Amino acid sequence: MSQTIYLKIKRKDVPNGESYWEEFEMPYRPSMNVISCLMEIQKNPVNAKGKKTTPVVWDAACLEEVCGSCTMVINGRVRQACSTLVDNLSQPIVIEPMSKFPNIRDLRVDRSKMFESLKRVKAWVPIDGTHNLGPGPRMSPKDQQIAYELSRCMTCGCCLEACPQINPHSDFIGAAPISQARLFNMHPTGAMYADERLDALMDKGGLGDCGNAQMCVEVCPKEIPLTTSIAEMEWEATKRMFKKLLWG
Amino acid sequence: MAQPKIIVVGGGLAGLMTAIKVAEAGIPVDLFSVVPVRRSHSVCAQGGINAAVNTKGEGDSPAQHLDDTIYGGDFLANQTPVKNMCDAGPGIIYMLDRMGVMFNRTPEGLLDFRRFGGTLYNRTAFAGATTGQQLLYALDEGVRRFEAEGKVNKFESWEFLSLVLDNQMVCRGIVAINRNTMETRAFRADAVILATGGPGMIYGKSTNSTICTGSAVSAAYQQGAFYANGEFIQVHPTAVPGEDKLRLISESVRGEGGRVWVYKDGKPWYFLEEWYPKYGNLVPRDVATRAIFKVVYEHKLGIDGKPQVYLDVSHLDPKKLQEKLGGVLEIYEKFVGQDPKKVPMRVFPAVHYSMGGLWVDYNQMTNIPGLFAAGECDYQYHGANRLGANSLLSCIYGGMITGPSAVAYSKSLEKGAEAVDSSVYEEALKRELAANDKLLKSSDTVNPHDIHQELGDTMTENVTVIRYNSKLKKTDEKLQELLEKYRQIYVPDVGNWSNLELLFARQLSNMLQLARVITLGAWRRNESRGSHYKPEFPDRDDANWLKTTKTKFRGANEEPEFSYDEVDTQFVKPRPRKY
Repeated sequence: MSQTIYLKIKRKDVPNGESYWEEFEMPYRPSMNVISCLMEIQKNPVNAKGKKTTPVVWDAACLEEVCGSCTMVINGRVRQACSTLVDNLSQPIVIEPMSKFPNIRDLRVDRSKMFESLKRVKAWVPIDGTHNLGPGPRMSPKDQQIAYELSRCMTCGCCLEACPQINPHSDFIGAAPISQARLFNMHPTGAMYADERLDALMDKGGLGDCGNAQMCVEVCPKEIPLTTSIAEMEWEATKRMFKKLLWG
Repeated sequence: MAQPKIIVVGGGLAGLMTAIKVAEAGIPVDLFSVVPVRRSHSVCAQGGINAAVNTKGEGDSPAQHLDDTIYGGDFLANQTPVKNMCDAGPGIIYMLDRMGVMFNRTPEGLLDFRRFGGTLYNRTAFAGATTGQQLLYALDEGVRRFEAEGKVNKFESWEFLSLVLDNQMVCRGIVAINRNTMETRAFRADAVILATGGPGMIYGKSTNSTICTGSAVSAAYQQGAFYANGEFIQVHPTAVPGEDKLRLISESVRGEGGRVWVYKDGKPWYFLEEWYPKYGNLVPRDVATRAIFKVVYEHKLGIDGKPQVYLDVSHLDPKKLQEKLGGVLEIYEKFVGQDPKKVPMRVFPAVHYSMGGLWVDYNQMTNIPGLFAAGECDYQYHGANRLGANSLLSCIYGGMITGPSAVAYSKSLEKGAEAVDSSVYEEALKRELAANDKLLKSSDTVNPHDIHQELGDTMTENVTVIRYNSKLKKTDEKLQELLEKYRQIYVPDVGNWSNLELLFARQLSNMLQLARVITLGAWRRNESRGSHYKPEFPDRDDANWLKTTKTKFRGANEEPEFSYDEVDTQFVKPRPRKY
């Protein structure tokens, strides 16, 4: 392993500004991840040409791949910066912000559309109130095991970034909210409102816009079975469509 | 009075629960968070949440839970709030279940419970090994529902700068800054709840997220809120050292049968099991951490001569491991590159949690009228040491109390925030703008990250597991030096768009002040209790020290003022703490 790390970072100062590349180098240390490289730049904000610059701006919080903050495109692949170890990357390390979300600055993007999508599919269980109403409904361990995997979605944006249907010409909601709708349809109380979620997904930008590229499941850092969720919801939506057609 | 308005600062479990309770009471709530609330540090909690539901036929009860908690906390916590929390535990778990948390289930489809540190009962409900994430998401979803109904207004990517206090020192709102646009604004509110989590970043590397600076709480302290029991910092026994962070390996790993060991005379030595036959690997965290320190630094038996010990699950059934500990084992595999199902994990203690925090009364109100605190940033529930899986409980319970408490307070006001003169808000705003401006105009030479590095190094070396008075005194002197050095910082970015460096510089100043509270509190307390251990005073001294430390800010260059309050011990009589 070379003793110096080389980074090429795509930067942007303001949302309607021009992107530009800036290069950095720093000494290698074992176990470095992309986050620790960015932290080095903070401590010593000098680029590879020796010119003083501003530290690269990025989003991060947990640094252990549970919060979904630090999603970026590293060497062409969308992933979490915290779990991307320098040892596994070829040099120079090319770091870019996600392109499917409005850019705020440098590597920071605005993912609020994903949270808006969660409202569209009513991604919650509507309880009567937080007062003590005794135990909730029983659930089989088998169902829990499936549902638990879906509940690990950290709204990181990888699936939207990788999806060819997420582009300026499409309203596609993306894999994550579809899988979340499936999760809430699996919960005994949530299931009471399954139809509403299906209706939302049968609307504009919903299931019909999935092109089956299957990139989402390839890039999901939590290995959530997104294509299974999409297929499952498409089947449920089909049944609902026929039901509405035949019985109104 | 007009309709009250309440502000919650912090979108973790405590903040979200507070917001939900306030919204349920029909009062509008503005929720501020530096990150989208779904990314709050609560997401990192792994092992589980405690409640004495007693579905394992063990005869568990909230009274037993109370005893375990008070004993585990070395009798420092006021017992009434803790009793109330333990009593409320089952109701809270049931609520979370109804809200859709995908807890692990028993064969009959009931919630499953496992054993955790400091207890002999299985009372920890869990969702794989990512319980904090699932709980946070359930509350996030509850708030999103209220948001869709117009009951909660979220201000995500906004950072708290300071409180707005009127001429009677009553809290009337906050000043906050938008982390994207850098807009700085004063917000009116009849009650403000701080739910901003712990101060792990003061120690540089810890198990905390990068947003856990304690900055908001320190700002409130500098405006007159008392800080309590600051010296009680929990060092979790099992974390994976890293360049950028110390990554937590949950206590639940030991709960499911994981064993801690080192080699001694060529054979595995399960030292926790040998030294503590009754609780074994599940002794409370301070006990386990000190044991590991002893084995590594006194016995000099660290693996490969390094500060690390083995945490071993390779003897357990891989399928069960995946079901119950999947998330946590994944973290180890991703960041270390080894499979814990096959080889023992290498771990070492790491700064993890603050038992201390803002002083609050039993209604969660601080000494500043109208200012409340909930979650890790209050001092209320854990005494001198927190039991594992009690934090998720205390955060949610704290929120459940604080919401209604803040609503009742707001409704009782004769004069609401609406009637407060706008000059009060303008002055607070002016003050914050001036502070930002001063930093941006500085042409000095010290990089704030260098000061942060020094802060973290000195605190980690001197104010964690083993404390010596001479070192603590020297540390406080060092902190004062760093405060002096802080006057010479420059901000590496002087732009006015998404300038996170400016915000870091503001946080750093607050971190330095809070570090003094922690360090001097430790220096003054001449006994050992819970996580606070002084070889020079190795025993617990109830006669002199069964007291809550209360710290009052006296000025940026002054030593804080310390006072000590009696502790409510009415339910569980203090007894020697021996596991």
